[in-house]
Amino acid sequence: MTRNLWSRFSRFLPLPATVLLSGCHAALLDPKGPIGAAERSIILTSTGLMLLIVIPVIVLVLVVAWRYRASNTKAKYEPEWSHSNKIEAVMWSVPIIIVGILGVIAWRTSHQLDPFRPIASTVKPVHIDAVALDWKWLFIYPDQHVASVNEVALPVGVPVVFHITSATVMNSFFIPRLGSQIYAMANMQTADNLVASAPGTYRGISANFSGDGFSGMTFKAVAMSAADYKQWLAKAAASKQSLDGTAYLALDKPSENVPVAFYSHVTPGLFEQIVQGKFAPGSMQADMAMNSARRD
Amino acid sequence: MSNGPVLVQGGSLALKPGYADHAADALRDLRQRGDAVDFAVEHHHDVASTIQLGFWIYLMSDCLLFAGLFATYAVVQGHTAGGPAGSQLFDLPSVLIETMFLLFSSFTCGLATLAMNANRARATVGWFAVTFLLGLGFISMEVREFAHMVAIGAGPARSSFLSGFFTLVATHGLHVTCGLIFMAVMMVAVLRKGLTEQNRARLNCLSLFWHFLDIIWVGVFSLVYLFGVMH
Amino acid sequence: MFGKLTLSAIPFNVPIVMGAVAFMVLGAIAVLALITYLGKWKWLWTEWLTSVDHKKIGVMYLILATIMLLRGFADAVMMRSQQALAYGSNVGYLPPEHFDQVFSAHGTIMIFFMAMPFIIGLMNCILPLQIGARDVAFPMLNNLSFWLTAAGAVLVNVSLAIGNFSRTGWLAYPPLSELHYSPGVGVDYYIWALQISGIGTTLSGVNFITTILKMRAPGMTLMRMPVFTWASLCANILIVAAFPVLTVTLALLTMDRYLGMHFFTNSLGGDPMMYLNLIWIWGHPEVYILMLPLFGVYSEIVPTFSGKPLFGYASMVYATMAIALLSMLVWLHHFFTMGSGADVNAFFGITTMIIAVPTGVKIFNWIFTMYRGRVRFETPMLWTIGFLITFTIGGMSGVLLAEPPADFVLHNSLFLVAHFHNVIIGGVVFGVFAALAYWFPKIFGFRLNERIGRWAFWCWFIGFYVAFMPLYALGLMGATRRMDHYDVAAWHPLFIVAAIGSGIIFCGIILQLVQLVVSIRDRELTRDVTGDVWNGRTLEWSLPSPVPAYNFARIPVVRSLDAFWDMKQRGVNLKSATFVPIHMPRNSGTGIIMAGFAFLVAFAMVWHIWWLAVAGLAGVLVTLIRHAFNDDRDYHLGADEVRRIEGLHGRVQARSM
Repeated sequence: MTRNLWSRFSRFLPLPATVLLSGCHAALLDPKGPIGAAERSIILTSTGLMLLIVIPVIVLVLVVAWRYRASNTKAKYEPEWSHSNKIEAVMWSVPIIIVGILGVIAWRTSHQLDPFRPIASTVKPVHIDAVALDWKWLFIYPDQHVASVNEVALPVGVPVVFHITSATVMNSFFIPRLGSQIYAMANMQTADNLVASAPGTYRGISANFSGDGFSGMTFKAVAMSAADYKQWLAKAAASKQSLDGTAYLALDKPSENVPVAFYSHVTPGLFEQIVQGKFAPGSMQADMAMNSARRD
Repeated sequence: MSNGPVLVQGGSLALKPGYADHAADALRDLRQRGDAVDFAVEHHHDVASTIQLGFWIYLMSDCLLFAGLFATYAVVQGHTAGGPAGSQLFDLPSVLIETMFLLFSSFTCGLATLAMNANRARATVGWFAVTFLLGLGFISMEVREFAHMVAIGAGPARSSFLSGFFTLVATHGLHVTCGLIFMAVMMVAVLRKGLTEQNRARLNCLSLFWHFLDIIWVGVFSLVYLFGVMH
Repeated sequence: MFGKLTLSAIPFNVPIVMGAVAFMVLGAIAVLALITYLGKWKWLWTEWLTSVDHKKIGVMYLILATIMLLRGFADAVMMRSQQALAYGSNVGYLPPEHFDQVFSAHGTIMIFFMAMPFIIGLMNCILPLQIGARDVAFPMLNNLSFWLTAAGAVLVNVSLAIGNFSRTGWLAYPPLSELHYSPGVGVDYYIWALQISGIGTTLSGVNFITTILKMRAPGMTLMRMPVFTWASLCANILIVAAFPVLTVTLALLTMDRYLGMHFFTNSLGGDPMMYLNLIWIWGHPEVYILMLPLFGVYSEIVPTFSGKPLFGYASMVYATMAIALLSMLVWLHHFFTMGSGADVNAFFGITTMIIAVPTGVKIFNWIFTMYRGRVRFETPMLWTIGFLITFTIGGMSGVLLAEPPADFVLHNSLFLVAHFHNVIIGGVVFGVFAALAYWFPKIFGFRLNERIGRWAFWCWFIGFYVAFMPLYALGLMGATRRMDHYDVAAWHPLFIVAAIGSGIIFCGIILQLVQLVVSIRDRELTRDVTGDVWNGRTLEWSLPSPVPAYNFARIPVVRSLDAFWDMKQRGVNLKSATFVPIHMPRNSGTGIIMAGFAFLVAFAMVWHIWWLAVAGLAGVLVTLIRHAFNDDRDYHLGADEVRRIEGLHGRVQARSM
């Protein structure tokens, strides 16, 4: 019964490998920006380093178990042997070395790839404010006074500084192909520094469960040339909808699978007010805005 | 089979007279057969010390519960959200009296333990009665303080700071209340059955619990009230 | 009168839920009817429900865990099939409000009511036997612990029929779990179910630590304890250290929801980040509370089936303690993406990786235990080999996730889901099955069917890889967890493969149920007459199977590690001639009655039925006080009775005198 164990194991070993390989077209392994690329290389390097120990361990498990199977009476049997300083030294030191190397990588890359850290560049960065709402993303371009919902445009090759908050529950701002995600939290501002190196439309998501509309809370991150970017901003600026406190509160109401929308004339300081909780339920601003809305 | 086993009826913790004979008999048998190195007849566990250890471990877990509440309070103590801060709310002299009640009750609880060790059941109950009244005084002062704060609009829902304050202090108060119930039950038990071995073990736990609550209160008093008034 | 509870709380209009409810209710009625028909109520009450015998309590834990495994797995199948369907224009069959309950219930049930009862059940069944004790330190408390856990489990299942369950994930992150965003009773069910079962677990922890420290047989020093006992000691220390934090966290959320406080709200100074820290200060030790005892199980099985002592016992003990200690220092790796700063992230990333060192050492220990042994591949060993391979892979993805920048893209993705199922199924679940196959004869007196057990193993092993390897790939493709619907074409085939995997696991579960039935049917063929079916090494194998109520007629004196192996080597005679009366605790209804009242309190709190909550609380208190005044709580089992029971197992020798 135990004789064909090896053949049973070997039959199924390639399976995980096959499934994993199909991930080669995966977003995280095909990044479109230097942050994502650095993170991919960390994933690949660490996996490689660990495979150096993981593959021998798995092979050793199978080989030792098979070699010393009860039916193999030719194998050496030492029923009392249970200690060896040499082996113990090796089995403590090998994982220590691997973990040591990985630890150094972790320390250095945690600092290099801190999402709050500005990307070194000769080009002046673009500022975009992102607000997680139930269940859509609002992007405000504070310098251009325009805003969009569920679509964000970025010029290729220009670092983008996202300032992120939430007007609702905890969400996570994430464009997988560009790299690092960061939580969006109410009354708080986090930052994510990203840059796109190639034009294209990339999927953006909330990576933290936020309620019923969560699955539809996706956005398009469109990386484009400087000229297209200018055009995009102009298109937004031409929008008939403007975004003041009242319009924002209307947008703030829960809605699902929201189509892309553009806003011109964004009230200056709107994002800061959102961060300060001025529009939170029960706050004065929210009441005043609602009252003025009713008067209109 | 002259000295063969005799059935021993079930009963109280106290061993039946026949048991000693059995044990001696079994031990002699073990020795004769050379098994005494491998088997013991009975492994005597000290029940009281087992209970004591268990209670200590429980107290450690309770201590961690308070650690969680203290940590939470430390985080939220500045989050007054425009509401009153500790310095505007705390009436230090009154809290000091409250503290004295509890500290003094720990002292009388100690006297009760001494009385118990001296085998004086009535004195034990008497000192516990004093402890009980002091504890009750502490609780009523705390309730009065809470009622006052709620009345002036500084209830637990006013701000994160006040949520933290009420939860931490009231959790301690709830523990004291449980302690009072425990104490009342034990007083009745001692009056009814005297200072039995079981009652002693429980009274030891009770006094551990009471002193533990005292220590926690010292933490509450310094970290919440003193620190709060200073800021 | 009934608070928020009205007839409309029962979802009559939702066929899937009503189907499940009908199934549950009919099942319960069938069981109750069967008991009545057989006239077994009194027997059930006196022999089992009120039993303070750790072995019977252990069995009740195992039964509870098995039932909840089935319930949790049903949730898993629903999730897998929904995600296999819900691509593009197809929205599947579960709308978000159901899907969200399903994944929340799945996680909650699998951790709190499947894995925890399994490990605590195993500890109950085996631990006192391994240390040569006649019972745990506090037998009545043990019974109460079980019933509190069971009450929590019942509450979760009641939520299916009356009202609904939480829709906020298994850890109920605020502010989503706050009243403003989750106004229903779902989160309240979650809070109270966890709160009462958590108290039960804490009491178990106190009980087992005291048992291990105080009740060991003479001669059993700490460094002669079996590794399962060691690992359980570490796990129970973690329980006592971590569960109070869970109690606090849930209590604070309760304050927010019931008294309008502001610990984790978005307003008036509330701070949801505090909840994440608190819940994971409990949550990370929790995963080691689950894992450590099973490391202990593997450390019992590998030596037994290799015919050798465990390689590097001391290393194993130190590694276990190191893991227990480190597990308290890594909680922040669950939210690197909250923006704590590079220094903090790096610190917690590195502490997490360090755990891989003692864990790696353990793997090597098991390999070198097999080395130069005589390895028998019976089901316990099969599960163990499956574990060694699977867990190594899961450990690798875990260390990868501990690199903060890798986590920045993998956090909350299906890669993460694949990782923790890889270690929990590969480590905990395989370990539980290994332990059940290993100790089943000890607990029940007959063996499990070996052939069907093998089939079940292969279904689980293969099914696991088919179900979860696609999730690793999906994670790398940017798929996040908890989606009820998606619109990326490339993901669809992988979700279908994963669903097929869950189907294969389902076959494994069916086979295990068949195995159980067949084994019971054939029990006379596989009865364990020696008490030592596997040529075991630790004291539990020195006892007859099933073990008599008093465990040890004579208390063994321990002279070395692997105490029973040592006895066998020296030819110690297990038969006794003289017997003494044995002091026994009497069964008590206090535990089940108190837990019943606790259940009422919890249910009343969920539905805001204040009078019932007060009444329930009074019931708890009165029961406790009545118990305090009850003096009839122990008795002596007569020497003749002990002789008779030992005689049944052939453990009596004629007196030579």
